[in-house]
Amino acid sequence: MNNLRGRAHVFGDNVNTDYIISGKYKFKTLDMNELAKHVMEDLHPGFYKEIEDGDFIVAGENFGCGSSREQAPLAIQAAGVGAVIARSFARIFYRNCINIGLPVVECDTSHIREGDELLVDLRKGRVHNVTADRSIGAVPLPAVMVRILGDGGLVEHFKKHGGFGIGDEG
Amino acid sequence: MVIRMGTMSEEILSAHVGKDVVAGDIVIVPVDFIMGQDGTTSLTIQAFRNMGGKSVHDPDKFAIVIDHNSPSPLESVSNIHDQIREFSEEHHAILYDIGEGVCHQIVPEKGHVLPGGIVIGADSHTCTYGALNSFATGVGSTDLAAALISGKTWMKAPGTIKLIYSGSLPAGVYSKDVALHMVGKLTANGATYKALEIQGDVIDSFSIEARMTISNMAVETGAKVGIMRCDSMVQQYLKGRTTEQYRGVDATEDARYDKIVEDDLSALSPQVSKPHEVDNVVPIAEVAGTEVDEVFIGTCTNGRLEDFSIAARLLAGKQVSRRVRLIVAPASREIMLRCIEEGILDKMVRAGAVIVTPGCGPCVGTCGGIPADGEVVLSTANRNFKGRMGNSNAFIYLASPATAAYSAINGVISDPREVFE
Ligand code: SF4
Repeated sequence: MNNLRGRAHVFGDNVNTDYIISGKYKFKTLDMNELAKHVMEDLHPGFYKEIEDGDFIVAGENFGCGSSREQAPLAIQAAGVGAVIARSFARIFYRNCINIGLPVVECDTSHIREGDELLVDLRKGRVHNVTADRSIGAVPLPAVMVRILGDGGLVEHFKKHGGFGIGDEG
Repeated sequence: MVIRMGTMSEEILSAHVGKDVVAGDIVIVPVDFIMGQDGTTSLTIQAFRNMGGKSVHDPDKFAIVIDHNSPSPLESVSNIHDQIREFSEEHHAILYDIGEGVCHQIVPEKGHVLPGGIVIGADSHTCTYGALNSFATGVGSTDLAAALISGKTWMKAPGTIKLIYSGSLPAGVYSKDVALHMVGKLTANGATYKALEIQGDVIDSFSIEARMTISNMAVETGAKVGIMRCDSMVQQYLKGRTTEQYRGVDATEDARYDKIVEDDLSALSPQVSKPHEVDNVVPIAEVAGTEVDEVFIGTCTNGRLEDFSIAARLLAGKQVSRRVRLIVAPASREIMLRCIEEGILDKMVRAGAVIVTPGCGPCVGTCGGIPADGEVVLSTANRNFKGRMGNSNAFIYLASPATAAYSAINGVISDPREVFE
């Protein structure tokens, strides 16, 4: 899980959860493969068809703002996206990604262009832009998140540890 | 046990884990109440089962509200509702079924929120309960499942921005205008990962309903919570709603803030948020005269008694413009009943309003008033994202119930202060 490789699909700032998956689909079905077909559809019609397994969504500030709907990261994951790389994330979206095991990388994305090939080292927190031959450091994930992501998400984490396996002092 | 001095959030988290918690710390905290709604709970049920969940840690502290698609407009949604009802029965959870209202009205109204407590909800506007001095925040479905099983959740203690709103508002300007002003000033990610502590003379003068409008919109700045003080107004609100003991929490004098913003609102004008971003806020003068096709008064932001009594006062004896559809959704059954008792619904229906089920409906585009292509909607909700109300070719403006009602009469966005001149 530590090294990911794929092409960049670039979006702007403040991509909200209604853009990621519109409420009008989200409530209709729990079939993520069905939802995946509508990912980012209002911003980029037909986006789903352009994704190859392991590709990245690359964005600016505040990616995933808006609703708490977990369908948003789940639909992205089901569409075959390997990780979301953004300059910053909305809080609940970020947390949801970790919980479902979809890697998120916070770094400067200004120099990444549509179609650039990227190599992402999650453990070291580095994004290497193969096309532009440039390397960027990412904000390291807090230890708790590394543990949960490493287990494959919060469900697997709970199964493995029978609860929070992260120093429960509560 | 020595508790360090801190912000309201630090104080509440510290009291819950029994040790000093400082901004940045990651803690596992017991939660006092858990809420799920019909749009998010189905995934919670899946996660709960996948985690091997056998029973809910404390069913008395868990409510599910069926409000987002209510009553169900589709076969597939009906089946999801069915699943939710079954789950709540199996695990003895509290169920508020269709027609009870919007989750963020029901949960405080039924006395489930106490000052100084921690509430998580699988809905981003859970921060509404900050108006009752609660550390209340939205989480995802899987987080909720984990809390149902363990009674706990993990949190990163947020840094805090303190907002002090002083002065007194002019006639025709309301708490929604303060909320929009707050979001416009802070921007959509100005408080990401942070807590907002909101206080000042303006807040002190507000009812709990009016305060909820502001805490509700804290998340539109990216904030985790939008917390207010526990004063006599809060105690008054809770009387008759709960018999449980509680202790309000305040920040200590030497609490450390990331930022303190003082803002005198004595000259604030009605505010409007333009499509398609909530922080695209302008004074009403900039958009006055814009033709509207649909006006929606309701939601967890502005679907309360006070909101409708303000709207009804403007609508009484008048007619909604022929080119406008006015849709009204009380935020709860209790509010709807009060509106009937006080003659508010009578005034609104006579003026031409259409009343829909207490719940979310049009706010999130599931049922009850989806706009057509190219149409302009003026709504009292908290979000105007493209596609939010079910049509990505519509344009949503956000404003106060007074602005909404007055604009419905005129057919164009209109400044409600005109009525007070
Ligand atoms: S009224 Fe709108 S914002 Fe509030 S909970 Fe319902 S859908 Fe969400």
